[in-house]
Amino acid sequence: MSIREEDISGKLDWVAVLLYIVMVGLGWLNIFASVYDESVKQTIWDLSLNSGRQLIFIAASFIIILAIVIIDMRFYEAFAYLFFGVILFVLILVPFIGKEVGGNKAWLGIGSFGVQPSEFAKFITAMAVAKFIGSVGFKMDNLKNQATLFAMMALPMLLILLQKDTGTALVFTSFVLVFYREGLSPFLLIVGICAALIFILTLLIPNQIYLHGAIAMVLIALIVFGKKKLRRIVLLTTGAIVISGVIESVDYVITDVLKPHQQNRVKALINPDADPLGYGWNVTQSKIAIGSGGFIGKGFLEGTQTKFDFVPEQSTDFIFCTIGEEHGWVGSLFVIALFIALLLRVIFIAERQKSRFARVYGYSVATLFFFHFAVNIGMTIGLFPVIGIPLPFFSYGGSSLWGFTILLFVLLKLDAHRSQMLQRA
Amino acid sequence: MNESRKEILQIVIVLVGVIFLIKLFSIQVVDDRYAIMAEGNAIMRQVQYPFRGLIYDRNQKLIVYNTPEYDIEVIAKDIKKFDSTKFCEVFEISKEELRVKFKEMKARKEYSPFKPTLFLDQLSNIDFARVQDQMAEFPGFYIQARTTRAYSSTALANALGYVSEINKKQLDRDKSKIYKQGDYIGQSGIEAFYEEQLRGKRGIRFILRDVKGIEKGSFNDGRYDTLSVPGQNLITGIDIDLQQYGEFLMKGKSGSIVAIEPSSGEILSLVSGPSYDPTLLTGKNYSTNFKLINADSLKPLFNRPLMAQYRPGSIFKIAQAMTALQEGVITPETRIRCDRSIINCHGAHSNEDLRGAIANSCNPYFHGVLRRMLNKGVVNDPFEDTRIGLAEWDKHIKSFGFGSQLGIDLPNEKGGLVPTPAYYDRAYNNRPWKFSNIYSIAIGEGENLVVPIQMANFAATIANRGFFYTPHLVKSIGGDGKPLPQYIEKHFTSIDPSYFIVAVDAMQQVVEEGTGQYRAKLADVIVCGKTGTVENAPPLFDHSVFIAFAPRDNPKIAISVYVEDAGQGARAAASIASLMIEKYLFGQTKRPHIEQYVLNNKFE
Repeated sequence: MSIREEDISGKLDWVAVLLYIVMVGLGWLNIFASVYDESVKQTIWDLSLNSGRQLIFIAASFIIILAIVIIDMRFYEAFAYLFFGVILFVLILVPFIGKEVGGNKAWLGIGSFGVQPSEFAKFITAMAVAKFIGSVGFKMDNLKNQATLFAMMALPMLLILLQKDTGTALVFTSFVLVFYREGLSPFLLIVGICAALIFILTLLIPNQIYLHGAIAMVLIALIVFGKKKLRRIVLLTTGAIVISGVIESVDYVITDVLKPHQQNRVKALINPDADPLGYGWNVTQSKIAIGSGGFIGKGFLEGTQTKFDFVPEQSTDFIFCTIGEEHGWVGSLFVIALFIALLLRVIFIAERQKSRFARVYGYSVATLFFFHFAVNIGMTIGLFPVIGIPLPFFSYGGSSLWGFTILLFVLLKLDAHRSQMLQRA
Repeated sequence: MNESRKEILQIVIVLVGVIFLIKLFSIQVVDDRYAIMAEGNAIMRQVQYPFRGLIYDRNQKLIVYNTPEYDIEVIAKDIKKFDSTKFCEVFEISKEELRVKFKEMKARKEYSPFKPTLFLDQLSNIDFARVQDQMAEFPGFYIQARTTRAYSSTALANALGYVSEINKKQLDRDKSKIYKQGDYIGQSGIEAFYEEQLRGKRGIRFILRDVKGIEKGSFNDGRYDTLSVPGQNLITGIDIDLQQYGEFLMKGKSGSIVAIEPSSGEILSLVSGPSYDPTLLTGKNYSTNFKLINADSLKPLFNRPLMAQYRPGSIFKIAQAMTALQEGVITPETRIRCDRSIINCHGAHSNEDLRGAIANSCNPYFHGVLRRMLNKGVVNDPFEDTRIGLAEWDKHIKSFGFGSQLGIDLPNEKGGLVPTPAYYDRAYNNRPWKFSNIYSIAIGEGENLVVPIQMANFAATIANRGFFYTPHLVKSIGGDGKPLPQYIEKHFTSIDPSYFIVAVDAMQQVVEEGTGQYRAKLADVIVCGKTGTVENAPPLFDHSVFIAFAPRDNPKIAISVYVEDAGQGARAAASIASLMIEKYLFGQTKRPHIEQYVLNNKFE
């Protein structure tokens, strides 16, 4: 039985829509500032500039939004698996017929415009995962289900890794947070966090002996000052050995698996001043630009580091530098607040969904946005190694803008019809 | 449980935001290093080297000017990877030299990766033209334009001096910290003496640049820029044509010519032989050339007019004469027999009066004159008497400017020596001495030492009938049009002006009938002069000396010529002096045979 669709624009969550419009608008102005060259007479409408092109992308987004609004909301859940298969296929193709841009082969070209399939893979994977978790008979503690989930997350990751786009591949790890919300035991999460901590410690402390020594001492302390039960001692010792093993393997990974430029990025994170002219250049320049903004910034179009092109990739990956330099801490505060507001709003929307599919999808949207937000800004201020992922709505780029727009507005569409969904908690 | 998970995720999100804001606060507000580094990125502090003052001759002809020179500087933090093979090709150095240059640069005292540091210095115009277009391929390397000295003729090298990079000792001595390593400073001559006036003031420009180093305009509209101030121009009293002529005449000889304008003390010509081409001590080859010139056994860098101390010889007799007249021990009519058993003499004369004795340069005459001066019989003890007489004699001689530095505006002037009683006490080790020990000073031999500039000044004093202006090279500094204040003071001798007339008459007689008649006489003007032949150890010849001024009335030029090892004063020195006078007064010389005689360098 078809349900008459009322004037649904009133039912789209206006807070989210408002946030979207503000962010896209600010993003557009900011892109203009980042490409601004005061020796050339140019306006923000100039189509040869990134800002002009972004305007076209924004216009196209409105068309996409319109399409999403018009298309029946059941369309998404129905075709999720199909789309997933298609996107996997396309991802396989890209390394063969794709264009090489900026060190990775992630683009498919149509005329002078290019599309990045990986940007759309994020949304499609979210759909597929949501459908799977929302399907009848799904149990999170079922190991087979868990395995399938991880496979759904891992497949696109691996394919994107083949494109040498490590950054985008890493984005998919954020699905783990979705699984966590849906009941995945935190054990894996904690293990993952511990592995990350050990990873960082291994990087910070150059001589592994100290780490091994510290672990041994902790182990001895725990054995001596705890219940002297054999089982406990065995467990603790095994744990200590595992950790030491992880340390060693981390070292191995860094020196033998990571490529030199990736190693350098990690090194740049630990000590960005070590090679300011070489691998530390991006982060150093980024921090200089942001750091020189002071409390209220240098003013719109007045950023010297921005104007004179000191920060590389300034309209894409390092777009936050323009905000930091031209609008200072206050400006940064405003933008970060916008993102946090959006993220919390999306979670709020996800939580009020009646169907599990919609809720899982909503959380996927939140975690995907969160990953981009955290890693991108973290990278510009030296808290994360440089990996090339965009800041949603602010970074220049058609595919990423459309990808994020679709991600958000499909959720808003689903949300608008939430009362019409069958309840499936 | 899912509720709390939702909250955990919400907390994580907010926490991340807060962490970011704290870190941002730290780098944006708390740490001001980044603002500084941002300026370091975008703003380059460029030194504008000032235009060094120019030097002209008395007829406004340019003698010393500036020519552009280019240094390659490096801002190390801007260096990106570049093609070192191409670099070596473009700059015409080997890879090894490139490596060495980098090492040298890092070793410099004020090396900093953020400031321009000298890398390759002194590229010529031609190098610059070749290299200029390729600079964009070597980010971090910049061309700094500077100037170096250039000369419109090869004359006057010693007096002008040379300019080179300041050395460590000079830097340490610079208490005012005006100079930095790499600056040029005058090292000798006028360049050194007038360094403060010539050097001007450095300017600073703050330039905005983009990441490629391309200039984007002045920082803050040039509010912090200061313009460089050019150095003051100097006009010397030198007549460059006369100077060149003098150096031409002195070819192959060692010695000096000093010509002064008596009415002002301005030096018309200052020739030191042998000399060198001043261009050799500029530019890239400075250090090689300096070593060569410095090692020359004839010492071209030794500025003889100021620094060579010689025995004056017979020209000193005029000073004796006037001192004796002033002391009243003789009159112009006093005659003394030319007794060649006391002391040797030349020429056909036997019993001259004062003028005649000067004209014929009679040694026994002046032996007698000095004895009368030193042994006036004030006390009975001859030793004490001599001391008293010598002290009086010193006073008069020194008032002519002998025995101490005149104060010329060049460094390293020597003062010569006028022997005093204390001097002889030391020389004789406190054993007693009297006239018979020291009489050779009567004829300008013995312990007397004079400097050529003092001899020329002496001639000028006589020309002025009793006073002189301190000889100086620079007659006008900058826009003022005035020399340094000490040079407009008149200095009077202790001799009554009326006695100078006697000297003038006598010197005219020298040229008309005396020892100077052969080569110093000029047809159209009355020249007053005096020869001198200074003893020199055989097998070398005696030194040839001549002082003169002309015309006799309203004299325009006073000159001293000293030619080492060239025989009698009447020969080399007199010829040169009269040629110089002729050239100065008439613009040309009309006695090619005398000129040829001088150039042939055969004087015995």
